This record gives sequence, structure tokens and C-alpha cells, in this order.
Amino acid sequence: MTIPKSKGTNLKRHTRNSYISRHWALYAMLALPIIYFFIFSYVPMVNILIAFTQNNVILPVWEVPFVGWANFQQAFTLQPFRDAVRNTLMFSALDLVIGFPAPIILALLLNELRMPLFKKITQTISYMPFFLSWIIVGGLATRLFSNNTGAVNNLLTYMGFSTIPFLTSNVHWVFTNVFAAIWRSVGWNTIIYLAAITAVNPELYEAADMDGASRLRKMWHVTLPGIRPVIVILLVLTLGGIMGADLSRFLGMENLLVRTVSEVIPTFVFRWGLQSMQFSLAAAIGIFQSIIGTFLLLGSNWLAKKLGGNGFW
Amino acid sequence: MDGKARKTDAGDVCIIIFMLILIALCILPIMNVVATSFSSPGAVMRQEVTFLPVEFQTGSFMDVLNDSRFMRSMAWTGILTGIVVVVNLFMTILAAYPLTYDSLKGRKIITLYIVFTMLFSAGLIPAFILFRDLNLINNPLVLILPGMISVFNMIIMRNFFMGIPDSLKESAEMDGGGPFTVLIKIYLPLSTPVLATLGLFYAVGRWNGFQDALFFLPSAPDWHPIQLLLYNILQNLTAVDAMDPGASAAPGWGQTVQSAAIVIAMIPILCVYPFVQRYFVQGATLGAVKG
Repeated sequence: MTIPKSKGTNLKRHTRNSYISRHWALYAMLALPIIYFFIFSYVPMVNILIAFTQNNVILPVWEVPFVGWANFQQAFTLQPFRDAVRNTLMFSALDLVIGFPAPIILALLLNELRMPLFKKITQTISYMPFFLSWIIVGGLATRLFSNNTGAVNNLLTYMGFSTIPFLTSNVHWVFTNVFAAIWRSVGWNTIIYLAAITAVNPELYEAADMDGASRLRKMWHVTLPGIRPVIVILLVLTLGGIMGADLSRFLGMENLLVRTVSEVIPTFVFRWGLQSMQFSLAAAIGIFQSIIGTFLLLGSNWLAKKLGGNGFW
Repeated sequence: MDGKARKTDAGDVCIIIFMLILIALCILPIMNVVATSFSSPGAVMRQEVTFLPVEFQTGSFMDVLNDSRFMRSMAWTGILTGIVVVVNLFMTILAAYPLTYDSLKGRKIITLYIVFTMLFSAGLIPAFILFRDLNLINNPLVLILPGMISVFNMIIMRNFFMGIPDSLKESAEMDGGGPFTVLIKIYLPLSTPVLATLGLFYAVGRWNGFQDALFFLPSAPDWHPIQLLLYNILQNLTAVDAMDPGASAAPGWGQTVQSAAIVIAMIPILCVYPFVQRYFVQGATLGAVKG
């Protein structure tokens, strides 16, 4: 602030000094975040080199023999890794087919609810599960669905049905997990659709009323087209994340009996990399996933903007 | 036109029933775990417990409350959450505010430098190697330092700042205030909603987070946040009770203790949630509409 200004004819110098005097504080503020991102985001990118070396956790990366793409090739010969890729894509696909439409339908129904207080209570309660961690959701699911003492199987037995192996058979576990994910986030995900619905032009509803349209028809022909841009954008952005998986969702609910379907790429990297010390192999897999993820994200963001949305950034 | 005046029809009834089912689906799992935690192990094993306690007892709860590791972890997670909220908001403001200045040279490059870290991450193993070199493995600082800014939250905050009229900034600058004064006197007081929202997001993220501790604190169980401790409690006794006949002295005791641990770990979130819900909702639309 106190940099002396040259009061002469040297206009260029004057403007530069006043630029610095007005902006140095901004650069000073940015210094800390820039250093933070350098250390914690950019320095690890150098450590990616370990993916191209022989596995060795003691020597620094540059002193370990270089092995080229061998770790990447080895990864794809491993059946557990192929399973993990398949599972990651399978859960993304199920989330898309079952999980994506769920909040849209719920938002349409919430919008039709005419009692403001009851609507508010329903919303508050339905957003709540989103704030429970996956460890807690996994614990709740175990209590509800376990074979011998779970509440759901207790009720089934009581009513004379046989028990359902929700958590111990592969197929059942997959759907239990997908529905637990929907349980956790469906309410929360209605928020954006409800916000979009309030922006639909009310004159359209009045015109539909004139034509004697039923509520269902108004939902289908007015509300749904009104929020279509938002749906398309969110769909595109969801597609950008199909190679990703939330590690806590799978760690929180898995058990040894269903490992072949509960292993996804992040859990595989954790188990092989940190627990079995296969650093180079796990790093190679991590990079494989990161690069595909980056391209998917860039592509989906580009498409979202092209379709008239905002994208991520 | 006749929105309020019209009578309740069959459609309304269907929607109300649907919503009641939804509410039940959200609440019953929690009632089940509460009921289990207060039921006798025998009742749990006889499959009598659904949504209300059977043979009421508080021993399992007392077991958890008297467990010094559990209560220590709860307290530590609370302190940690407080630290993380303050540090993260501070860092997020430091990054977001300067980037609102159109006149700042290098703004685009710095923005790209930051956004790129959201697009591409080196992954777990390279991070592990870095933390090992920095002596952060088994060091509680690893729960704070690597996650000081969420780029997504930074963009939300920057966009919020950009919505504050430039005329306010200009008039403060006329009075001789520098960027720092403008931030403190004008931007921050006008940004309390977004600060509250992002602070709460950071808080929930930290309270519910456990992956960093799982990866980077393998031999420092004293610093494990509550979710990781809970994970271990749930994994050790039994994940699926087909595998644990007679694991503990009294069959079923494990389930009641696990349930009590879940309930106690849930209480802070459930107590705070109703009062801060509106900030979360605000955040969801901020991020989506403007981000």
C-alpha cells in the first residue's frame, strides 16, 4: 500500500507501480493456496513414476529399475483386477438405470404435494440419510438385512416366508447396495429438480388447465419438459463419473462372502497397494483410472456446456 | 387457478400414502438400530426385535459410553472437525477472493492451475509416497493438511463473491481500502450464508470421513476418527452373522453393542441436522445452479 508512486512523466512506470500497490495483497493471499496445491496435488504427480518401476518401497523412485509398461500389462492379466473393473462399471450402470430416475420421480411427486407443512417435514426427513456416513449406512443395512437376526428376515420368517440372503449372495448384495445408495441420496438429489420445477413458467400450467389436462398429463407434458435441460445436464455429468466408485460405499457394506462383486477399483488399489505393498502395480492401476476419469470428465463437461448448461467449472 | 380451492382427490391420497411410506423407509432403519441397542441379547438372537426394544436394557449403551477409546475418538473427531472447518474456510477464502478480480494478471492461469487438480489426481499410491517423505504417515496432521481446499467449494465461494455488486467494492476502494480491507469489511459480512453452508459441508465431510485415516494412520489407532473406529467395531464382531456363531460370550451381545456404537456415532449429526438443514439445501442449489 505504501509503495511510493513516481509522480513524473513516466506514465508506464506509474501504472505498473499502482498495479502492484493495488494487487500485491491479492498475490499474497493466493500464495498459500498455490503452495498447498503444489505440494499436495502436483508433487504426487511426479511420484507417478513409481508405476513404471519395479516394485520397491524403500529406494527413492529414481533409483529403482525402470520397467516400462510391465505393471500395466500385469494388472490386466489379474482376474481380481478385471473383476474390479467390471464391478465398477456394473455399479455405475445400475446407479444410472435405477438411481438416476429415482429423484426425478420423487421430485415430481413432492411437487404435487399440496400440504406445505407435510411437504416440508417429508423433505427434511428424506434429506437426512445423506448425512449419515457409509459406515453407518452399512451398519444399518447389516442390522436390517442379516440372515439370522436382521429385522427384515425376522419379519419374513414370522410371516412364514423363507429368509432372503440380502448380504450373503452376490446378486442380492449388489441390489441391496444399489438400493442403500438410493436410500441415502434420493431425497437429497431432489433438491436440484425441485429448484428447477419452481422455475417452470406458471402460464403453461394455466394453459394446460384451460385444455382440461389432468394432473398426470400436466406432470408429463409441462413439468417434465420444463426440467428437461437440468435432467440432461445432470445425466451427462453422471456419465462423466462412471469409472469412479466411492470407496466407503463398498468398504462400509462388504463382507468376505461377496468379495467377487464388492471389489471395485478404489478398494482394489487400497488392498493391493497399501495392504499387500504392491505399490507399483497399484500406482499403475490408479493412473489408468485417473486418466480415463479425466477424459470422461472433460468430455462430459464439454457436452454439458454444449447443451446449454454450466458444467462443473 | 383453483389450486387451493379444489378438493383432495384420489391422486392426493396416493401421493400422501407414498410420502408416508418414504418417511417410514427413512426412519425405520434408525428405529431398528436403536431398538437393537436397547434390547437384550437373547431377544436379538430369538429374532424378536424389529422396531421397538424387547427386554429393555441399557448395558450395551453403557459398554460403549464407558469405553475410553470410543469416547476419546468421539472427542478427537469433534476437535478435528472444528479445526478442519476453520482451516478449510480460511484457505478457501484465500483462494476464492483474489480470483474475483478481473484486473488480476495471471488470474486465468492460476484458476487453471487450481481447477486442474480437480480434473486429474495422481492417485492413492503417489500420495502415500509423498506423505511418507513428509513424515505424515501415522501423524494426525495427515487428517488436516492434504485436504485444506475443496476446489468445488472454492468455485462456489468465488461465484458467490462475484455476485456481490462491484459498486460496493469500488466505493470502499475510494475510501482508501485495499483488497484485504474490502474482503474483511464488505465481502465476508455479506457472505455469511455461503460461509455457513461451506463450513457445514466441510464439517460433515470431516465427521463422516475415515478413508484418510484408514490409508495413512495404520499404526496410530489413538488418532482414528470415530467412523474408522466404528468400521473396526462393525467388522470385528460380525459383518454377517452367518459367520459368528458364539463369537462373544453371550450370543447377540455383539449386535447390541454394535448397534449402541452406531447410535452414539449418529447422535451428533442427527441433533445438529434439523437446525442447519436449510444451509445444506442452500448449498445444494448454489453448487448446482451456479457452479
